[in-house]
Amino acid sequence: MIEAVAFYLFATLVIAAGALTVLVRNPVHSVLWLIVAFFNAAGLMVLVGAEFIAMLLVIVYVGAIAVLFLFVVMMLDIDFAALRAGFVRYLPLGALLALVLAAEMVFAIAAWTAGGIDLGARIAPTPAAKPNIEAVGALLYTHYLFVFEAAGLVLLVALIGAVVLTQRKRGGGRPQNAAKQIARRPEDAVRNIDAPVGEGIEL
Amino acid sequence: MTYAASLALTLPEMILAGGALVLLMIAAFAGDRSARAVHWLAVALIAAAGLALLGPAGNGGDAFGGLYRADPFAAFAKLLIYVAAAVSLAMAPDFFARDTTGGPQGQLRAEYPVLILLSAVGMGMMVSAVDLLTLYVGLELQNLVAYILASFMRNNTRSAEAGLKYFVLSALASGILLYGISLLYGFTATTGFDGIAAAVATQVEGGGLGAGTLIGLVFLLAGIAFKIAAVPFHMWTPDIYEGSPTPVTGFFASAPKVAAMALFVRVTVEALGPATDAWRQIIIFAALASILLGAFGAIGQGNIKRMLAYSSINNIGFALIGLAAGTEAGVAAVMSYMAIYIAMTLGSFLVVLQMRDADGRPIETIASLSGLSQSRRGLAAAFAIFMFSLAGIPPLLGFWAKFLVFDAAVAAGLWPLAAIGIAASVISAFYYLKIVKTMYFDDPAPAYAPANSVLEGGLIALAATAVSPLGYFAVPALGVVTASAARALF
Repeated sequence: MIEAVAFYLFATLVIAAGALTVLVRNPVHSVLWLIVAFFNAAGLMVLVGAEFIAMLLVIVYVGAIAVLFLFVVMMLDIDFAALRAGFVRYLPLGALLALVLAAEMVFAIAAWTAGGIDLGARIAPTPAAKPNIEAVGALLYTHYLFVFEAAGLVLLVALIGAVVLTQRKRGGGRPQNAAKQIARRPEDAVRNIDAPVGEGIEL
Repeated sequence: MTYAASLALTLPEMILAGGALVLLMIAAFAGDRSARAVHWLAVALIAAAGLALLGPAGNGGDAFGGLYRADPFAAFAKLLIYVAAAVSLAMAPDFFARDTTGGPQGQLRAEYPVLILLSAVGMGMMVSAVDLLTLYVGLELQNLVAYILASFMRNNTRSAEAGLKYFVLSALASGILLYGISLLYGFTATTGFDGIAAAVATQVEGGGLGAGTLIGLVFLLAGIAFKIAAVPFHMWTPDIYEGSPTPVTGFFASAPKVAAMALFVRVTVEALGPATDAWRQIIIFAALASILLGAFGAIGQGNIKRMLAYSSINNIGFALIGLAAGTEAGVAAVMSYMAIYIAMTLGSFLVVLQMRDADGRPIETIASLSGLSQSRRGLAAAFAIFMFSLAGIPPLLGFWAKFLVFDAAVAAGLWPLAAIGIAASVISAFYYLKIVKTMYFDDPAPAYAPANSVLEGGLIALAATAVSPLGYFAVPALGVVTASAARALF
C-alpha cells in the first residue's frame, strides 16, 4: 500500500517537475525544477531496490551537475524578450520534434507490452543477502581492483594535464613569504623619530 | 591466484607507474631544472620495464582473475612500445629546449617524460587486455596523455589547436567504442574475451550472429580503427601530426599505433575469432581504403609531417591486410610489419627533427629538403633509405614487411586483396621517390643548421642500418619471435 502511494507520489512529482523544467520562462527556475526532478527520480530508484543508483543520482546529478548548470545559467546574460520571439518561425520544427517523440513513445509502449529485449544474464548476479552498494563495492575492490587503480592513474593524468596546460608564471604577483616576514626584525621596520612640536616630519 | 602473483605478472606496468609517481615528485620539488635528468631517468625506467618482460611478466598467463594476460604476444608488443617511447623521450629535450618562446629553459618541462611513462602504462594495459574494461581504461589512459602531449607547446597556436581537435574527435571515437562495448556486454553477458568468444561461437552455430552483437562488433572495431587511423576514421591524422611538436608526432606515429594495432589483433582474434567472417570484410575495406587514401592523399602535400601522416595511414592499411587473413601467419606478419614500421617511422621523424634553419627554428616544408645531398650527405642518404624502405623497394627491409603480409593474405585465399595492395604500393612509391628526387636532383635550398646532437645522429644511423639490407640478418630472429607471439593468440 505504502509502496504504491510512494510510487505515485514520486512519479507524479518527477513528471510535474520535468514539465516545469521545460515550461518555466526563467532558466534559473528551470534548473531548480530539474533538481526536484532528480530527487524524485532517486526516490523511484530506491523503490525498485537500486539504492546505489539513487545515491549516485543525488550525489552526482544534484550535487555536482545541477549546481554547475545553475552557476552557468546565472552567468548567462539572458534577454527575456528574445526568449519569446520567433515562436511561429520555429513552430514547424518544434511540431516535427514533438511528433517524433510521440511516435517513439508509442513504439516504446508497444515494445514493452511485447516483452523486453532478451539480454544475457549478469556476469555477477547480485547476492540476495547483500545490499547492492556493498555488492558493487565488493566487486570493485576485489575482482576489478586492477582496473580501478588504473582509473586512478587516468585521473592523475588529467590533473597533470591541467597543470601543464594552464599553469604559468605571471609577473606582478605578491605572494606571501612567511619566512621573510618572521625573519624581519623591529629595527629593520620601525624608526623612532623625535617629532618637534608644530613642524612636520620628513619620512 | 594470489594478488602477489598477479602483481608479478604486471611488473612492467608497476615499474612504470611507480617510477612515474617518483619522477613526478622530483619534477614538483626540483622544478624544470631537473627536466633533463627526469628525461634520462624515464628512459632508464622504460629499460627496466623492458627487462621485467624477461620474467613471469613475459609469459605468465592471466592475472587479476582474467582481466590481464601476460603472454608472448603482449610481451613483443610491449617491447616495440618501450623502444618507441624511449626514442621519443631521447629526441625531446633538445627540441623543446630550442624553442625559447617559453623562457630561458624553452618549453623543456619535466612533465613530458612523466606523461610518456603513464602513456606506456596505458599502452601496456591495452596490449595485455583480455577484458573489455581493461581495454577501455588502458585506451583512455593513453588517449588522455596524447591530448596533453599534442598541445604541449601551449604558446604555439597550432599545437593548441591540434590538442583540442584530437580531444574532440577522439572523445567521440571513445564514445562509439564504449557503446560497442556495452552492446557486446549486453548480448554476450560478459566482458571477458574468452567468454565473448564462447558466446559468439554459440550464436554463430545457432544460425548467425545476433543483430545486437553484430552492431556491437562494428562499433567496437570503428572505435579502435580511429586509434590506428584507418580509413574512414583517419581524418584527424594529418592535422594533428602537423600541429603537434615533432617528437610528439614521432611518438604518435609509433608507440600508440603499435598498441592500438596489437589491441585490434587481440580483440578480433581472441574475442571475435568465431565471427571471423563478420569482421573480415570490415578489415578488408579498411585496409584497401587506407592504402588508397594514404597513397593519393600524400601526393599533394607540401609539409613533411602531413606527408608522413598520410604515409602512416597507408602503412596501417598494409598491416591490416595481414590481419584480414585472420591466420596465425597473418598475425605474425602484422607484428613483423609493425616492428619494421616503427624503425622506419622513428628514423623519418628523427630526420625531420634535423630540419631547422640557422636560428634553430624548425622547418617543415618538403621544398626545403632540396639539395640536401650536397649540404648534409649522411642525412640525405639516411632519409633516402627510410623513403625507399617505406615505399617497399626490394633490397630494403620495408619490402620484407610488405612481402610477409601479402604472403599471408595469398595463403588465406585473399589474392585479389594482395593484388590491389601491390598495385597501390606502386602509387605510394611515387611520393616517397619524389622526396628522394628533391634531395638529390633539385637546386639547393638554404642549408639547415649543422647537426649538434651526437645522440640523434647515432639514432638515425642505427635506424637506417636496421632497415637497410643489413637488417635481413635480424629477420630469422624476428620471424621466431613474431611466430611465438602469434601462436599465443590461437
